Parts: sequence; structure tokens; C-alpha cells
Amino acid sequence: MSANPIGWDWRTCKVTGLTVDRSAERLIVFNAVTAVLYLAFGGTLALLIALTRWPKMHLISNAEWFYRLVGAHGAAMLIFWILFFEVAGLLFGGSILLSRRLTAPKMGWLAYVMMLVGSLGVTYTMLSGQATVMFTAYPPLKASALFYGMMLLYAVGALVAVLHFLVNIVTARLQGQVRTLPLFTFALLVAAILALFTLVSGTLAILPAFLWRLGVIDHVDPAAYRLLFWGFGHGAQQVNLAAMIGIWYALASLTMGAKPINEGLSRFAFVLYVLFIQLGSMHHILVDPGLSSWARGLNASYFMYAAVMGSMIHAFTIPASMEVAARERGHTKGLFGWLKSAPWGQPAFAAMIISFVMFGVLGGISGVIMGGIQLNMIAHNTLIVPAHFHMTVVAGTTLAFMGMTYILVPLMVRRDLFLPGWARLQPYLYGLGMLLFGIGMGLAGHYGVPRRHWDITFPSMTQLSGGVYDGANIHWSLALMALGATIAVTAGAMYIVVAAGTVFIGRKNDVPNIGHVEASAVTPTDPNAPVHHPKGFEAPGTMMLATGFLVLFILLYGWSWFELSKVSWIIK
Amino acid sequence: MTTRTSTLLAPQGRWWGPLGKDERLWFALVVAWALAMYVMMQFVWPAVGEEQIVFDSYKVDPKVFQQLTDDYIAAHQTGTLLNIPIVDAPPGDVYLLGERFRFRPLLNLKQGQTYRFLISSVDVQHGFSVQPDNFNLQVVPGYVTAVTLTPKEAGTYQIVCNEYCGPGHHLMLGRIEVTP
Repeated sequence: MSANPIGWDWRTCKVTGLTVDRSAERLIVFNAVTAVLYLAFGGTLALLIALTRWPKMHLISNAEWFYRLVGAHGAAMLIFWILFFEVAGLLFGGSILLSRRLTAPKMGWLAYVMMLVGSLGVTYTMLSGQATVMFTAYPPLKASALFYGMMLLYAVGALVAVLHFLVNIVTARLQGQVRTLPLFTFALLVAAILALFTLVSGTLAILPAFLWRLGVIDHVDPAAYRLLFWGFGHGAQQVNLAAMIGIWYALASLTMGAKPINEGLSRFAFVLYVLFIQLGSMHHILVDPGLSSWARGLNASYFMYAAVMGSMIHAFTIPASMEVAARERGHTKGLFGWLKSAPWGQPAFAAMIISFVMFGVLGGISGVIMGGIQLNMIAHNTLIVPAHFHMTVVAGTTLAFMGMTYILVPLMVRRDLFLPGWARLQPYLYGLGMLLFGIGMGLAGHYGVPRRHWDITFPSMTQLSGGVYDGANIHWSLALMALGATIAVTAGAMYIVVAAGTVFIGRKNDVPNIGHVEASAVTPTDPNAPVHHPKGFEAPGTMMLATGFLVLFILLYGWSWFELSKVSWIIK
Repeated sequence: MTTRTSTLLAPQGRWWGPLGKDERLWFALVVAWALAMYVMMQFVWPAVGEEQIVFDSYKVDPKVFQQLTDDYIAAHQTGTLLNIPIVDAPPGDVYLLGERFRFRPLLNLKQGQTYRFLISSVDVQHGFSVQPDNFNLQVVPGYVTAVTLTPKEAGTYQIVCNEYCGPGHHLMLGRIEVTP
């Protein structure tokens, strides 16, 4: 380790040839290890919660503890695991990938300490019963002032981390170390811009609540809080989206040698996020009082669909880039020969492709559907909502992050991947678990089962409940959800063993074995030969798959309107 | 001529070239689909659907709303169940109050009649989730969610609170009986 924190302490990566700033490397390892610890914690809670929501098992017999753990699970997973990991990604994209040193490593450490203390404080208040208010903490539900204070500390720490990244990118540009950013770093820049808005919105939501609990102000408007909170709550997921898509692109390049078929189009799709996606975060409050129909329509149609277009562009360009690269290597057989030739045994590739498909097909389509104003009525606060975001944030973002670590962590700590056989199996097992989980939870939500609910059998209230959720279809769905959760948490534990094992006890190796990586991903080979568009389609297999995806999207969209029309009430 | 570069390397030369055939076709499909969803939500469903979401909302002092609900119950109460008043609601305004941990009153409605539900909360946020039909609205203290509802079919409907409201959240229920 470095003796001189001010000096330019560096090494050259023997695999990629990148110049690695050792201070950046240390910060990345600290952030990434913290992230994985929160993943382990949140995953443990996930299993307890899922097994409680399956009425046959109803594992946690104390309602108060169930609600505490649901809140802590949300905070640990949705905020701490993902944001610590993203900060590691920002540090990587802002220094190592550009072969430059961090401009202000102390800023990185300041952010890390604030985020660490804030996250521990939030977790402590939630587990000790001072903040049994869920991750959303809607006022006038009350938590202790310490909870809001720690949330603010965390949010400001995350803001410092984002600003630190921007400082790095801007100085790199000013010092002429970079002109056009690599697409991966560009995606991180988009994520950082979205994060600025998001964290400011979150701070504006939490600060009044903090002052209210300190007694400085006597009232927080609950509707205004919801608007500002969701600017953070959903906005943070758009940050994850941008970071995840950046990782898809990066892993497509690393494992398949993909080069975006049209750099401009891919960047345009990211710019659509910056311009429009935040304005769509209103879909959490589509069935709230206090908003005009005009505001709802504007956010659910114009702005959201502009951002959806961005995602659908990536949904095409990423596989198309992989197809073109594989065809250039000679895998030209039929429509899908390129896909057969893909490195399915490379865990980073498997994680990327499963994340990509599950995010798009399950998470993306469900999100667009429930983001429709009228359709939101049959989804709001049912289990469909967490089913949707577990497909985006867990099957999508988390699995993509796992895939990235299968390559980055060995390179970073210069150790061989620990238990590579587990790593090969892990993405498939995780994907299978999340698939069953998502289908089970989504169906239960479709049948009307509420989210965040300890006991849907209402044993002391049978005169009123009329056995509303006693149907066999509901119980089967929830059993499927519990089974899926068990498989996914097992696979998550395998990931943690592999990741932690690599960092701490993996065999030291300057050229760690990370499976097959395309040299063209990191070494400019041919000086960017000009593109020759063929007469027909360049990526016919992808066109076929993408069209199939669109047809499925249209069918599910149509089916959802049919379901809404079956509601036996006229609602005006 | 444009160039292509790995996503991990800075692109060199001119990378902002025109779209190829594949991208043009896909982009056209995507724009068409986004427009189709827009037209469906903003024009088609508002014209043909029976389930709209154009409800009004008002600000209200929770104490005032509680008083209005109490007055409403006093005028129309016909019984109680589990200490919750039951009301035979005449067509027109219906008051429904969410409070930890029940919905008050329980409602008897007539099939095919139209009611203007005025829903609010006296304490924290609640969820108005009508089961087994499954449609859901948010209930926020200080605001009235005013929505016009017409039951098309007779039967018993549960109102489940689906916004976490405290340690007894899983006990919070209401009921609507619709008779022919």
C-alpha cells in the first residue's frame, strides 16, 4: 500500500494495459466490499420476508419485526448495496478506465465515510424500532429524528461521491486526458447527472421531515413529501438503469467484442434519459389526490414514453452489436448462429444476458404498463409493484453488477476468481430463482394481494375479511414466490462467497484468470476501420428477437387493458 | 464513413454517422409503438373505458373530515359489526374515513346506483384497495380523494388497506355490500 497519499502511486494492469491509480483502487475495493456486505444482509432479510409472505409458512411470527425487516431490507438493497456499488463504478469509470489518477481522492473518502455512517445509522434506527416506517417513511408516520438525520447524512455523502466523479471527468477533459468519453463512462456520466437531481429531490423530501421531528416545524405536507420523495425513490432507479445499461454495453464489449452499431444512436438514447426519465418519476403518485389529470397525463405519456424509447433503442443496439461482432468473427450460420457461439460458460456474459432479458421482458414491460394512468389503478400498492421492481433492480441491476464483478474484482485485487465453477452456475441459478419469484409475486399482485402486509389471512377479522385472499391461485402464487426467493437467495449467497473469497483468499496472480475476454474491448486493434453497411440487415437475428419482444409487449399491454375493463365498477 | 469502437475505449474519428437499415426500421417501430400507447391512454381509453382516473381532490383538515364522516354515519347508520358502524348509503355523497386500523363506515350500496366517494384519513396514509376486483387509490390525510363509483354487480367487496400505516396495518379492513 502507498506510503505517500499525495503522490501518483500507480501500477500497470498486466491484462488490460490500463494505468491503475492505487488510491482509486483502494477506494473502489472499500466501496465494493461495503456494497456486498449490504447485499448479504439484505439478502438474508429477503429470505425471511418471502417465507413470511407465503401464508403456509408465515415464518416471522411477530408483526412488528416483520415490518422492521421489510424497511431494513428495502434500505439495504435499494439504496445501500446499489449506491455503494455505483460509487465504486464511478471511481472506476472516472479514473482507471481513463488511465488517470483521481483528482481528489480525499473527496472520495469523505463521501465513503459519510455514506458508511449514514447507512449504519439508518439500519440501526430501523432494526431498533425507532423507524418502523418502511423505506418510504411517508409522513405523518413518525420515525426518530436520528433516522432522518442519518438518511440526510447518507444522501449528502452520496452527493459528494457524485460530485467527486464529475470533478474527475471535468478535470480529465480540461487536462486533455480524454476527449470523447468511452460509451461506458458516458453512461456513468448520465447516471451521475440523474443522481444529482435524485439526491437533491430526496434531500428536499427528508429535510422537512427531519425538521418536523426536531420540532422546528409542526407539519409536513404528506402529498408534497410523496412528490419529492419519488423524485428520489424512482429517480434513484433511473440512476441504476443508466449504470446497468452502461455495464451491459461494457460486458458486451468484454465478452463478445461488441462495438455499438451506431455510437450516436446509443448516446442519443442515453440523452433521452437525461431529458425525460426524471419527469416520469411521477408514476408512483398516479392514483394520489392532489395532482391534476393534466399533470398525470403529461408525466405518464409524453415524458415516460420518450424515456421508454431510449430503453427500447438499447434493447436493440446491445444485442445487435454482439451479433455484428460475432458475425465478423465468422459465426454467420443462420439467424442465431452468432448467439450459439456466445460464451455461455463465461459468468460475466451469462449474468449480462440474463439481466438484459429479464429486465426488458419482465421489468420493462411491467413498468410501462403500470405507468399508464388508468392501468395503474389495478397495480398500485399490490404485489405487482415489488414484482416489477425486483425484476428491474434485482434480476436486472443486481445481476448486471454481479457480472461486472466477475471480471473487475479479480483484476482489481490481482487474484484468481474463487470457486470459478460456482461463478459459472450462479447467474443461471439466480436468474431461475428470480424468474419464479417474479412470476409468483406478479400473479399474487394481479390477484390483488397487497405489498408490505404481514398476514393476508386476517385470522382475527374473518367476519370482515370474508377470506378475501384464501383462493388456491393466490396461495400457489405466493408459494412460487417463496420458492423463487429461496433459490435466488442461495445463488446470491454463492455470489457473495465467490466475490468475498476472491478479494480475501483468492490465489494471488498478476494475470488473474477471468475467463475469455475479447482483446478488442480494451486494446484499440484496427485503427477503427470504417463501417460498411451491407445491403440487407446487419443483425437479422436481433431484428427477429426484438420484433418478438415488441409483439409480446403489445400482447401484454392489450391484456392489461382487458383486465382493467373487467373491474365491475364504473370509475369516473 | 463512420467508425465503431469498443464501449470501453474513447471513440476516434467521426462516430455520429447516419443510421443503418436495421436501426432505422427498429427506431420507426419504437416511435410508432410509443405513439400508439400515448393515443391509447390519452384518447382511446378516455373515450371507451368505464374505469377512468379523472377524480377530483380537495384539501381538508383531517378533524373536519372526521366530523363530516361522523355526521354522515349518524344520519344513515343501520347497525354495527366489530364496533364499526354500518351505513345504508343513499346515492350521492359517501364519506369513507381511514383511521388506524379500520375503514369507517361499512357501506351498503345498491347495484347500478352512482355514488361519489369522498375518501380521506384522520391520521396517516392508507390504501383504498377494493377486492376481489382489485382497483386501488391512495388515501392521504389532509386531502380528499373524490371519485365517482357505480357498482355494476352485486356482491361483497372488501376494502383492504394496502399502504403500510403502522403495527396493525394487516388488520385494517373495510367492506362494501352491493345488493341488487
